[in-house]
Amino acid sequence: MTGYLLEIVQALLALLLAPGLVGFVRWVKSRLQNRRGAPPWLPYFELGKLFGKEVVMSKNASWLFRFAPYIVFTSTLAVTLLVPLIAAPLPFDNVGDLLVVVYLLLLGTFFLALAGLDPGTAFGGMGASREMTVAAIAEPTIALAAFGLALSAGSTNLGHIVTATLVNPGLAISPSHLLAFAALFIVTLAETGRLPVDNPATHLELTMIHEAMILEYSGRYLALIEWAAWLKLTIFFSLLANLFVPWGLATALTPMALAIAVMTLILKLAILGVVVAVVETRVAKLRLFRVPELLGVSFVLALLAVTSSFLLK
Amino acid sequence: MSLLFLIMFSSYSVGALGGLVFGRGVVGRGLTALGATVGAGTGTALGVWALVSGQSLTGGVPLILPLTGFVLHLDGLGAFFLIVIGLVGASSAIYSFGYTATYEGRYSLRMAGAMLNVLLLSLSLQVLADNALTFLLTWELMSLSAYWLVLTENDQAGTVRAANWYIAMMHAGFAALTAMFLLLSGGELTTSFASMRSNAVVLPPLVRDGVFLLALFGFGSKAGIVPLHVWLPMAHPVAPSYVSAMMSGVVIKMGIYGLVRVVLDLLGGGPVWWGGMVLTFGAVSAILGILYALMQSDLKKLLAYSSVENIGIILIGMGAGLVFHSYGMMTFAALGFIGGLYHTINHASFKGLLFLGAGSVLHATHTRNMEELGGLIKRMPWTALFFLIGAAAISALPPLNGFASEWLVFQSLLGGLNIPVPEVAVLMPIAVGMLALTSGLAAACFVKAFGITFLALPRSAEAEHAHEAPLSMRIGMGILALACVGLGLAPFTVVPMLSSVLAGLGGLPDTRSAFTLNVSLQVPGSVAQMSPTLTTSGLLIILMLVPLVMWMLRANRKLRMSDSWGCGRVGQTPRMEYTATSFAEPLRRVFAELYRPTKELTIDFHPESKYFVQSIEYKSDIMPLFERWFYDPFLWLVRFTAQQIRQLQTGSLHLYLVYVTVILVILLLAARWF
Repeated sequence: MTGYLLEIVQALLALLLAPGLVGFVRWVKSRLQNRRGAPPWLPYFELGKLFGKEVVMSKNASWLFRFAPYIVFTSTLAVTLLVPLIAAPLPFDNVGDLLVVVYLLLLGTFFLALAGLDPGTAFGGMGASREMTVAAIAEPTIALAAFGLALSAGSTNLGHIVTATLVNPGLAISPSHLLAFAALFIVTLAETGRLPVDNPATHLELTMIHEAMILEYSGRYLALIEWAAWLKLTIFFSLLANLFVPWGLATALTPMALAIAVMTLILKLAILGVVVAVVETRVAKLRLFRVPELLGVSFVLALLAVTSSFLLK
Repeated sequence: MSLLFLIMFSSYSVGALGGLVFGRGVVGRGLTALGATVGAGTGTALGVWALVSGQSLTGGVPLILPLTGFVLHLDGLGAFFLIVIGLVGASSAIYSFGYTATYEGRYSLRMAGAMLNVLLLSLSLQVLADNALTFLLTWELMSLSAYWLVLTENDQAGTVRAANWYIAMMHAGFAALTAMFLLLSGGELTTSFASMRSNAVVLPPLVRDGVFLLALFGFGSKAGIVPLHVWLPMAHPVAPSYVSAMMSGVVIKMGIYGLVRVVLDLLGGGPVWWGGMVLTFGAVSAILGILYALMQSDLKKLLAYSSVENIGIILIGMGAGLVFHSYGMMTFAALGFIGGLYHTINHASFKGLLFLGAGSVLHATHTRNMEELGGLIKRMPWTALFFLIGAAAISALPPLNGFASEWLVFQSLLGGLNIPVPEVAVLMPIAVGMLALTSGLAAACFVKAFGITFLALPRSAEAEHAHEAPLSMRIGMGILALACVGLGLAPFTVVPMLSSVLAGLGGLPDTRSAFTLNVSLQVPGSVAQMSPTLTTSGLLIILMLVPLVMWMLRANRKLRMSDSWGCGRVGQTPRMEYTATSFAEPLRRVFAELYRPTKELTIDFHPESKYFVQSIEYKSDIMPLFERWFYDPFLWLVRFTAQQIRQLQTGSLHLYLVYVTVILVILLLAARWF
């Protein structure tokens, strides 16, 4: 019973941390660029503001446009129930494995892209087309990185992957894990719409991907979509942090272990946030048609990861 | 049990005869649809009954088919395919009642109705066949009846050409299959499958390899694996939509049935390169199928190419199964085949659904060209909903059925770690990458298919004035949509059923006990679990909680309708929308090496100033790789040879008499010497 309660606590924690994480990344980025920057807690106010505003909807849009924010938010929130954020193994491990996580996130992308096409504007179509292109090319890397992790754990079950590394710490520095980590890091940047693939801070039509797709959204719908996007960032960061470096995760459900787990989670997210902020400050946005090359690199890394675990067995 | 068979047989016959006698009119159309529906329904019942009771049915047939050498036998594998046939057959038959109404007075309903029943009957007998003769006869009957059906709209451009390609490919395959069965049975086509099975073990390896290659070619031409797929994107679009659903959902699956029957059951598996070859063809078909599907703007052609992709996914599962089989890893082998067969029934249901949906669009707008569609979600809400379900299922999105089978195929590939030879083992992660790329591209492809066709503003007057499909067509689509949801939610019952189907074929063990009957599906030989049922309940609970919490926290619930935001411009027209071509443009650039797109731009300037453009014409196409590099040279060769041989035919009787004499002398001499 406490296990199930923990799942819910974990989802709520993710909901709570996600805006803070994004605000933190923005803040670090502005400091690195010698700007004062908005305070890290600004995204919370953003959500409050958006939830309080009325929705303006295009006359051309259909029911799908109104339904999509809910399905995007729901599928992303459901993933937080499956991913090990503060404890492992979890009772929901038998509900969904790593592949379910990946495809649930794709479910959100699918509906968001459809919603982008729905109002019939050029921006929406452009965003949808680009988003699906990036998602399609990122897909094999995610699957192969998952495959690489699953090979050393003998299962795609998330709890097993975490336990395998905890039991055998050498795995964390095995070539297959290091390569898979690098591959998944690149994909994280692409999937969550960060530089150098997409720029979350711009509304310039030539470069937009995610922002173009959701341009027609406002009010509570926009709030749900933004929150889901921030949750997705949190999920990808936690996957990077907890599947590859699982130390700190609570394996026993004692208050002490859980407190440590929450602290380490925040610490890990903060470290990854700083890394992403540094990357975003150092690199320029890639041209759209150079993005496949970057994702191709990540695919090769993931393939090497898997091959090495076959050869170094 | 034989009663069910008799009902099935006679209702198909009644349907076929009814079509021939009454032809057009509500009676004729009703009778053919009814015959086919009852027949398909009974077929499904027969299949389910055989699977549940575990019994098999033999004989009882000479009573109605006194043709010597015609032997039928129903086992688990046949029963499973009977269900696939029945599911798609019944929905398409119900759908055909409404759809063929527009054919009244234009096309031969007599032939279309009769042939639909003949096709379904030959399919059902096909999976019951227990010797080579029965198999080949029903196979030919199936190909011919489908050929008639493809020809239904014979006055449309491209129909006859497509039907010719189809029938040519089918007969190339048929020749290979005949040769294969002759090798397998030692020249006697009425040998039962049981004795072929025992005979196959003692065949020399070279003959077995020959049998395998012939089977792969013969069944591959039916299934549409690359490079034998060329007939598929031609024949499927021009056929009536319920026939396209039947062909894509069921007819091409007979290639899969044949492969399992011959390679796994009769030959009992083989060396590792067999599996490797099937796996490679599967991966290549999957990738190329979806890449070509992405570039289509003809809705039905897009679906046809996507069938090539899905056949590829099925073959990836089966190829992995064969590889594991050759290493004696029977649990993983069973898992691969289960994944393949699961995807077979899944693809039958969602592709059947999508073709029926495309048919409704065609019915309402008289065009398959996506560039002229749009906005249909408001005009045809039911069709749109059904098509959306199909599109999500084929993109392998949980919790629908496409996800369940792809998950199983992934899990079986994970078993690759246990393969002792690294060169072979490395095939598995490559297959994982291909499969994942395929499913990612499939999601993009079906966002395009649904988004461009159903969303945004209508791009033509036809789409503007579209109407919802009649009731019978909606029922047909509804059944398949339910199947997509049901098959997705219940892998914990489907998978044990499939393992009982496969138990004993080629020495595969009964893995029923390895899959627990809990709501979570656990993979044997690994500890991975997942449960679409629980995932769905979770999703539904959250989906209800979110608005509730928003209401409790007093989120603003106002909604105002307004124009789309247009950077200051007033009035939005459909010409500002993204089109099917522009949606796929980024991927066309990414994979330009494969597509080799051609571009033709003609600009008409105003005679007085070149700063004013009168009209712009833009043409773009992609290179059909296989047609150009494989089929065109081959056809040229055939034509050239025919030209040369034609010189013998002068029309002069004297010359022919000389030919006869010369041949006669040669034959006499040959008989003397040998």
